[in-house]
Amino acid sequence: MAVAAESGRASPFERASAFLFRHARLKLALILGWPLTWFVFIYLGALAVLLFSAFWRLDAFTGLVVKNLSTSNLQRLLDDPVYRTIALRTVGIATAVTLTDIVLAFPLAYYVARLAKPRMRNVLLMAVVIPLWANYLVRIFAWKLILSQGGFLGWLFGLVGVDLHIANTNIAVWITFVYLWLPFTFLPIYGALERVPSSYLEASSDLGGRGWMTFRRVVLPIIAPGVVAGSIFSFSLTLGDYITPTLVGNTRFIGNVIYDSQGIAGDIPFAAAFALVPIAIMTMYLVIAWRLKAFEAL
Amino acid sequence: MMKVSRLLAVASVLLIVAAACGNDGSSAPGATGGGTTGGGIEPPVVYDSIGEGEGELNLIAWNGYTEDGSNSDAFDWVHPFENETGCIVTHKYADTSDEMVTLMRQGGGTQYDGVSASGNASNKLIAGGDVGAVDTSLFPEFANVIDPLKPDTGTNNKHYVVDGNVYGVPYMYGPNFLMYNTDVVKPAPTSWDVTFEPTLNGQPNPYAGNITAYNDPIYIADAAVYLKAHNPELGITDPYELTTDQLDAAVNLLKAQKPLLARYWALYTDEIDGFLDGSMVVGTAWPVNLTYSKDAPAAAVIPSEGVTGWADTWMISAHAQHPNCMLKWMEYTMRPDVQAEVGIWYGAAGSNTASCAEIAKGLGKGGEDLVNTVEYSFCGNVEFLNELYLWKTPEANCHDDRGNVCADYSVWLQKWTEITGA
Amino acid sequence: MESRLARVLIKGGSGFVLVFLYLPIAIVVIYAFNNSVGQKWPIESFTVKYFKQAWDNSLVRESLGTSLTVALFATAVALLLGSAAAFAVHRFRFFGRNAISFLLVLPIALPGIITGIALNSTINNFKIPFSVWTIVIGHATFCIVVVYNNVLARLRRTPTSLVEASMDLGADGWQTFRYVTFPAIRTAVVAGALLAFALSFDEIVVTNLTSGNENTIPKFIYNNMRQPRNRPIVNVVAVVVVLVMLVPIYLAQRLAGGGEGLAPARAGGEVEGMENTVTAAAVTQAGQY
Repeated sequence: MAVAAESGRASPFERASAFLFRHARLKLALILGWPLTWFVFIYLGALAVLLFSAFWRLDAFTGLVVKNLSTSNLQRLLDDPVYRTIALRTVGIATAVTLTDIVLAFPLAYYVARLAKPRMRNVLLMAVVIPLWANYLVRIFAWKLILSQGGFLGWLFGLVGVDLHIANTNIAVWITFVYLWLPFTFLPIYGALERVPSSYLEASSDLGGRGWMTFRRVVLPIIAPGVVAGSIFSFSLTLGDYITPTLVGNTRFIGNVIYDSQGIAGDIPFAAAFALVPIAIMTMYLVIAWRLKAFEAL
Repeated sequence: MMKVSRLLAVASVLLIVAAACGNDGSSAPGATGGGTTGGGIEPPVVYDSIGEGEGELNLIAWNGYTEDGSNSDAFDWVHPFENETGCIVTHKYADTSDEMVTLMRQGGGTQYDGVSASGNASNKLIAGGDVGAVDTSLFPEFANVIDPLKPDTGTNNKHYVVDGNVYGVPYMYGPNFLMYNTDVVKPAPTSWDVTFEPTLNGQPNPYAGNITAYNDPIYIADAAVYLKAHNPELGITDPYELTTDQLDAAVNLLKAQKPLLARYWALYTDEIDGFLDGSMVVGTAWPVNLTYSKDAPAAAVIPSEGVTGWADTWMISAHAQHPNCMLKWMEYTMRPDVQAEVGIWYGAAGSNTASCAEIAKGLGKGGEDLVNTVEYSFCGNVEFLNELYLWKTPEANCHDDRGNVCADYSVWLQKWTEITGA
Repeated sequence: MESRLARVLIKGGSGFVLVFLYLPIAIVVIYAFNNSVGQKWPIESFTVKYFKQAWDNSLVRESLGTSLTVALFATAVALLLGSAAAFAVHRFRFFGRNAISFLLVLPIALPGIITGIALNSTINNFKIPFSVWTIVIGHATFCIVVVYNNVLARLRRTPTSLVEASMDLGADGWQTFRYVTFPAIRTAVVAGALLAFALSFDEIVVTNLTSGNENTIPKFIYNNMRQPRNRPIVNVVAVVVVLVMLVPIYLAQRLAGGGEGLAPARAGGEVEGMENTVTAAAVTQAGQY
């Protein structure tokens, strides 16, 4: 618009184009301005308000937020051991889920990336991704059905005479999370495995490297960033999920406390204060991932 | 460029924070004053006439309170209302009273027109200035409301009548009774001890692992009711007005109970599923849970210690977008035939005493006797209503000569996190 | 070069994982025909009446309409903003450039509940009424990264020599974009859009906190899972959603040529590391966001 004043033979559009070509910074501003404004105003702005509200407090009787600064929420987090228990439990299960997913994803990823024929590979890739599109809630609910006392798994174990009691336990939560995030772990590992040049493996083999040796010394170092990158998601998603523990478990996780504080008790300040915990954990996780070069392209 | 955009970023974030801090809770007139009901609460608005309907109505309700035929063809009191008034109803079910309060405040109170609030939500909403008062003359059925709940002469109406103002119309009331599987739990229980005690008559509790409890801080009151009867030395008078010692005793009882549980139920379907698949055989329940669990087979009892309960009120948002439809809904839900339908479906008692006779008629032969049983919450029975420990919000003020030494709701919330999160 | 034992282990493990992935799906399909309120296995009686009930349910249709509207607009926003950000990062060198990728991926790397309550309390603070538009804002925020990653990955793989050649031949910036750059990235844009659409279509956590009274398909499922007699309808809806979702997945797969759409495969020798990885993960967030 600023170029409208310039005169010449060229059409206004061409003039604008030429002007922008000469003023690359302005062009950048015009292009990047939109997404940046959106993100800064809507996302970072909202996040800032949330984190700031950690220093407000809630009136016990009316349940209304009182907006004067206090550290009472942080104090409560530190003083009451139950929040430490919940945080540790959540991190524990997130770790277990992430490791299990890596172990489960690896053989299939290896098969798809290195053993399957191209047609089979495409079919299998689709096969891994499709379950994700069945509604997330429905998938959790399916596990609730499978794991419940009169459910499919109990029935299956009953056939061989085993009395199974894992409904509403942390084991049920673990299985469900493993299921939910498995494709997220699978895809990066698959991607990394596919990029391992065959020549490296042949070279290793020629030099006398046995299967395990080749895996440990050649494959693993190459796919490590992919594995770490995939783990970011299974870890982060477990850290914040509140629906899965509500439906299949019987204890509380970080997500439950945040959701219950906000959605049920209306205590946004405390929810915000406790939200600092997963934010801090994820930041550390991302920094470690970055150190491990999993972030190179970001 | 980047400098500019960074500056912009910082500036806008500050701006937003400043704006958010700026409106300092003034959204709630009457809420300032430190959270006591004693200071005199003025309603933000008094609804004193019903005009033309707006064609739409958004409600927050307990499950089973707004049946539209989707659960059973025979139970539909929403569509007749829509046909009569032209107000199309959408409802959002909440699982706890706290959730109702939070929902009522969404969008500055404009999102929902009304709520079926229990006592532990209603006083918060009144104190928070979230709901409006109504002119009782708009609702002729007030004449038939059961005595204790009557707005002027009632003895048990503090959950919706505050400082002489009437906030809404009474709907259903009922107990949190003890539901049990009649095949498994023998003899039929008469005390809450089957749900609380690790040992019964010197034996390990035979139902351990198959017990359930309600997942809400207000459930602490159920433990207090039990202790009131069994540990008189604690001196519990009101299960919602607990000193630190009394609260700690209740919390300890609940911590000891936790290992006995199959799981807590928050969604009512959790308990229904549990009874139907056999993983739960005894525990606290709403009447509607029994409605769904009858195949289990399940039955209910009012244990000797007494029970907590609720008296629910349809309240209208102070910022309702469809006030006339909401007022029409309030008028409609007070009618005896509507409350009778709810009563048969849900098992709660209608606050309109005329609804009890309707239920008896609806049940057919023997209905007269059946209405005055636990299955229909002893509909119309004043004595039963007076014995219920109705849900209310715990306050620091004990409302007796103990003064301000009781645990307020924030303490209850925190204790509940300690019990369930540990 | 894998040993026989390794091959057996890999194949056995793969088979187990596939069964694990599809067991719940099968259960959902079977329970869509369950006739009783109870959820016991094995199912005692079967019925197809819930398919008709789901079809007749006006709330299902209304929710479907809202879900489609939201997904459409969120995708449009994500498309514009995500592509713009990708171009800026690809074409320009500027301070803080590396931070852009990090910033855009945040709404997905941080738990959805945090994005959700942040938006919810902001909306409440400013007393903005909840509507389809508040959902669109929430969804677009985490959809941008999907488009961004897809487009950026493709841009990086498109040789800059093409653009230079176009310029040398006298084309202006617009012509170069119109005839060179856009055709090269078109499929990536479309794949990103389809995936953003699907991502929005299935999101529940942020939706729950930004939607007020509006019903979307995931919200319908969330609310009706707690109605004992409506649960078979939920299963029916879920089955139908899976079938419907196959269309965009298949299209995305075809368009991206098995490339960065659904999997980070075939990056053409050029290792793009984290970016593709994030794309893949982000793209498949759909299930739970």
